[in-house]
Amino acid sequence: MPTSVGIGTRLRLGLRAGTRRVVWWTRALMGEDAYEKYVEHHASCEPDPAHPIMTEREFWRDQTDRQDKNPQSRCC
Amino acid sequence: MGATSSTSRGISKEPGALQRIPHDLAVAVDPEEIEAHDRKWTPLKIVIWGVISLLGGLSWVMLAVVRGETVNAIWFVFAAICTYLIGYRFYSNYIEKHLLKPDDRRATPAEYKADGKDFAATDRRVLFGHHFAAIAGAGPLVGPILAAQMGFLPGTIWIIVGVVFAGAVQDYLVLYFSMRRGGRSLGQMARDELGLIGGTAALIATLVIMVIIVAILALVVTNALAESPWGVFSVGMTIPIALFMGCYLRYFRPGKITEISIIGFVLLLAAIIGGGAVAGTEWGTALFTLDKVTIAWAIIIYGFIAAILPVWLLLAPRDYLSTFMKIGTIGMLAVAIIIIRPEITAPAVSEFATNGAGPVVSGNLFPFLFVTIACGALSGFHALIASGTTPKLIQKERQTRFIGYGGMLMESFVAIMALVAALSIDRGLYFAMNSPAALTGGTIEGAVAFVNGLGMTGVNVNIDLLAQTAKDVGEASIVSRTGGAPTLAVGLAHIMQQLVGGPAMMSFWYHFAIMFEALFILTAVDAGTRVARFMMQDSLGNFFPKFKNTSWRPGAWAATAIMVAAWGAVLLMGVTDPLGGINTLFPLFGIANQLLAAIALAVAMAIIARRGLFKYIWVVALPLGFASVITIYASFLKIFSTVPGIGYFAQNRAFAAALADGQTSFGTAPSVVAMEAVVRNTMVQGVLSIVFVVLTIVVIITTIQATIHAYRTHSNATNEDDAVQSQLFAPAGLMMTPSEKVIQAQWDAVPAAKRPKRTGH
Repeated sequence: MPTSVGIGTRLRLGLRAGTRRVVWWTRALMGEDAYEKYVEHHASCEPDPAHPIMTEREFWRDQTDRQDKNPQSRCC
Repeated sequence: MGATSSTSRGISKEPGALQRIPHDLAVAVDPEEIEAHDRKWTPLKIVIWGVISLLGGLSWVMLAVVRGETVNAIWFVFAAICTYLIGYRFYSNYIEKHLLKPDDRRATPAEYKADGKDFAATDRRVLFGHHFAAIAGAGPLVGPILAAQMGFLPGTIWIIVGVVFAGAVQDYLVLYFSMRRGGRSLGQMARDELGLIGGTAALIATLVIMVIIVAILALVVTNALAESPWGVFSVGMTIPIALFMGCYLRYFRPGKITEISIIGFVLLLAAIIGGGAVAGTEWGTALFTLDKVTIAWAIIIYGFIAAILPVWLLLAPRDYLSTFMKIGTIGMLAVAIIIIRPEITAPAVSEFATNGAGPVVSGNLFPFLFVTIACGALSGFHALIASGTTPKLIQKERQTRFIGYGGMLMESFVAIMALVAALSIDRGLYFAMNSPAALTGGTIEGAVAFVNGLGMTGVNVNIDLLAQTAKDVGEASIVSRTGGAPTLAVGLAHIMQQLVGGPAMMSFWYHFAIMFEALFILTAVDAGTRVARFMMQDSLGNFFPKFKNTSWRPGAWAATAIMVAAWGAVLLMGVTDPLGGINTLFPLFGIANQLLAAIALAVAMAIIARRGLFKYIWVVALPLGFASVITIYASFLKIFSTVPGIGYFAQNRAFAAALADGQTSFGTAPSVVAMEAVVRNTMVQGVLSIVFVVLTIVVIITTIQATIHAYRTHSNATNEDDAVQSQLFAPAGLMMTPSEKVIQAQWDAVPAAKRPKRTGH
């Protein structure tokens, strides 16, 4: 760590990095990154004309509709 | 079937065909490096584990040996955390190394079946949270509280030791085996491994158990909300809040889940505060003071409607709220307990552990402690989660240990905190709240007379304490608020008010805790009904093919109605039970949950036997043997015991005889109608006990057969999916090891676009 960086700056940077991680974790835990993951997956595959990429709105509808057909248990 | 027919199809590809470095980048750590890392005891490592062992040992001594007036709650926390760390580091490592042997060169279902939706590789830290939120519900918060009547020590030992050797092992094994089978469900695995009879028994048991569990969770909520206008208003408000959130996500801002969850959480807090204001008004009290039967019917109707509404409207948004509340509140309680460090005045082992006459749940420590505390130590229901969503999301095989074993340790810690919260309140208050109204008469005077009449040393409750506590938490009365939730709420309020807000905030924290529990119980009720409905439709479909089509509305509604009627009947039975309700039904809940655990462990044992791993089979045989003995013994007592307080049929005979004699009141039943209700209820409960125990015995016998068969034939078979080469890398545990850091750095150095293409479709 260069001496020119004060402890305040370091603290601020650390705090910012920490906040970013908490935000990342919360978003992912709630499943908010599902569409991003879907797009990423779609891009990494060979293009398939039968399954064009869904828009964000379509994706979220499709997601809850799939839950309708395949319910998951919550524990006691 | 099963045992021989499927041998041929599932033999995995030669592991030699898998490569650790398929392209330029490693997808797994060199096994020799892992071994070396485990074996290398640096001075720092020795010091850390020395401190953990010493602190853990000291904490156990403080809990189990030192006998002062009080014991500080911090020793519970240290005993638990140190034992978990040792169990995780050494025992789960042993299981990984010798029994499961995960191979990170193999792709997980999330990789080889990747579809970007149901099968999607998820960061291990995120998946840990997901899995924890799915397994931890009201169970670990209720059981330990009811078991607190036996003193603090038996429950603490069972929760901590039980999770290390039984609960976490079950979750880890089931998660691993399901992952190796493309995310197959427990029912499917039971059929593959145990054949048609064992598999069918497991399936029926799962369905019946689901009904019992939903009914008893609903009973807990009913007891918490009865005669509580504040609770009814604030919990009732969660329905419009969830509907609003659902519409927001569907039509206004799809996918903005964190944002709407925060809005929902603020609305929830407003509902709790508003509930206090509403309950303070005359019209509010008149409108929202409901008796148990009315609330039970409201939950039944709600349960039916919620289960047929589309998921996006009610279930999904409330699930977000529930996850948010769960993780937040549990974290908050942990911090509060560590800061406040309440003193526990309860005895280590109370007289109810040995005389079986406890008013909260009847029966001796052995076996009833082990069925009263199911979730937190060993919970069969987890096997349904560990063979559901989680195995489809896991990135790498070696992460199953952190998520399966580690996730269950977290739930166990929740149970310890619930136990501490329940123990931190006055002992007399505890018994006044948890003894059934049949014994206390439901009045403050009756409760004081009953609790002081129990003759417990050091327990002396008075009218002022009960009246003042009720006033503090904003309830009309706290006498006979059975079910555990109100006790936890008082305990949590008691601890939290010392941290935030002082005595004036007691009522807020109490209702916050009630809301927190009601939220995920209602989610569990709704989700459980849905899952049960699909299982029902699947079974009915064998006779009436039309039912197999799950989008056929009349079929879906009929199957939902059947399931709701089933748990609704048990719920109403509990609500109107002249003997109490929780005290008679909770053992059924625990037995059902442990039986499911026995089934899950049996399936795991059959898998291990077929792989020929007899040297290490004790790892699963030990918890399976224990769970079987406990549950079968407890079931036999419930069926055959001649003590009316314990045996369902003994109780049945006693009341039937009294009726035949022409008596008009008997025991705690004041009328002929009540006596007839007892006769009916005990018969139903007794028959359910018989069904459970018969199904479990069938599963265990088929498992033993499968095990012996495997031993005789020197089986080396498996129903696993074929091995597929993995193309991605991720660390196994929470922290990266030095070797993982090296590989991760190599991956980070390559631009995302140049990384190997996925193997999915």
